[in-house]
Amino acid sequence: MLFRKQERQSKKMLENYHKEQLSEGLFQKCEACNRIVYTEDVIEDYHICPSCGHYFRVAPMERLAMVLDQGSFEEWDKDLETKNPLDFPDYEKKVAKMKQNTGLSEAVVTGKGKIGGVETAIGVMSSKFLMGSMGMIVGEKITNMVERATKEKLPVILFCCSGGARMQEGIMSLMQMAKTSQALKKHDQAGLMYISVLTDPTTGGVTASFAMLGDVILAEPKALIGFAGPRVIEQTIHQKLPEGFQSAEFLLEHGMIDKIVSRKKMRKVLHYLLLSSGANKAH
Amino acid sequence: MDEFEMETMDINEFDVELPKATAWDRVLIARSNDRAYTMDYINGIFDNFMKLHGDRLYGDDGAMVGGIASIDGQFVTVIGQQKGRNLKENEVCHFGMPNPEGYRKALRLMKQAEKFNRPIICFIDTPGAFCGMEAEERGQGEAIARNLYEMAGITVPILSIVIGEGGSGGALALGVANEVWMLENATYSILSPEGFASILWKDSKRASEAADTMKITAEELKELQVVEKVIEEPLPVTAENCEDTCEMLRKEMIAFLKKYKGMKKEDIVEERYRRFRNY
Repeated sequence: MLFRKQERQSKKMLENYHKEQLSEGLFQKCEACNRIVYTEDVIEDYHICPSCGHYFRVAPMERLAMVLDQGSFEEWDKDLETKNPLDFPDYEKKVAKMKQNTGLSEAVVTGKGKIGGVETAIGVMSSKFLMGSMGMIVGEKITNMVERATKEKLPVILFCCSGGARMQEGIMSLMQMAKTSQALKKHDQAGLMYISVLTDPTTGGVTASFAMLGDVILAEPKALIGFAGPRVIEQTIHQKLPEGFQSAEFLLEHGMIDKIVSRKKMRKVLHYLLLSSGANKAH
Repeated sequence: MDEFEMETMDINEFDVELPKATAWDRVLIARSNDRAYTMDYINGIFDNFMKLHGDRLYGDDGAMVGGIASIDGQFVTVIGQQKGRNLKENEVCHFGMPNPEGYRKALRLMKQAEKFNRPIICFIDTPGAFCGMEAEERGQGEAIARNLYEMAGITVPILSIVIGEGGSGGALALGVANEVWMLENATYSILSPEGFASILWKDSKRASEAADTMKITAEELKELQVVEKVIEEPLPVTAENCEDTCEMLRKEMIAFLKKYKGMKKEDIVEERYRRFRNY
């Protein structure tokens, strides 16, 4: 029963999301090639520009729908309230507005689901929510997810997408890097697989913690991945960065990631890796 | 000489309260050129110290020093970011901003300490990890992430002391410790006040206001339970006058080492886990 209800809910969320996108117009402009394309075509083709192949950024629910078995997602920690450790002026207001605009409660969605019948914990970050920045709740949700996965002997898949630390939460945001990393260490010691998938953009404190800690690190084509952002580097070294610097392809060439995977093949690749870890034996 | 010249007066004779240093004052003190650096503390605190070099992967980073020291008849591994006092020194130590090989050297030395059951003491003093093309090519993010991850599993006690600037992830990469202490005029933050002001207010000139907002002083961080202990500085600690502070730190360190002597490995790891789990 519960399963059915969840299935209905997730289907409905996705439908609403699509409706909302279409209500913004039947057409949209591709930010890469500037051509006008049918929104419906974009949605149907994994949010890839039908004209130039550019990858549009994807909302968490959409991402989950692309990789998980239909209706298998169970969300965890949906309603943790954002904290304001610096009493930063108007921060609560800003977060409330983000919640309203995105329909998300924070910059990451976590839970568990199945890929080809194999159960896995899964988290997806959202660039739409304060640039996917990591504050205390993002850190807490990811840590909870990893700890629960360790307990339930589940693998973890995390789609990273973040501008880095949540500045408004100051030092407490920095501490999330240690908190999430140490949870992954315990998960590792339990012999479980962690796959991180780097999507555009993955930078700053997220790169310097869980993004780069996967047993296997995958990335989407052309995703920007780095520690310091390109603008910061340019300002520091007073020169322009070469084309493609800090792209997924650049990282692959420098030995920093395992594989670049297209959106269409992502589900298959994840399934293969999960099977290779022996993940389905426990269930 | 005029008898009323300031140096001849004992300030304590006057019943006036000196104005408290602002957060921005402390930023400037922490960055100042005569501040005591990691090697000043190492020389002042330990009985012996042997420097070790290299990450065994790429190079030897002068921004990160480390080696084996002895204190009170016990061996410990000591690691810290090292700043230079002049341009020549900074050619070697890059103003205390480590490259990936610096973090990888630090991790190598920590693993070595674990193997030989030596406690680890880290001195944190960096504006941040080095920012540049080579650092990115060699995986600056990965190097920091790896340190956080591996430090979480280290089975010997780790003590980290922020002595000057605790700049962001580049500082935290030596900061996943059982206890973190801070000098009174040191700072520890997510990024520089200039960067914070520039990102959130689009105006880097509001840095001193940012410093107030960000809670970066030792006192505020103790309140937030980010640090366990604040080491008082009656006067800002410099390379010249750091003797008393070194003596005090030595005593505190010996007490720290005693506390962890005989503690089970699992308990040491679990205590550290709990510490960071609370954030």
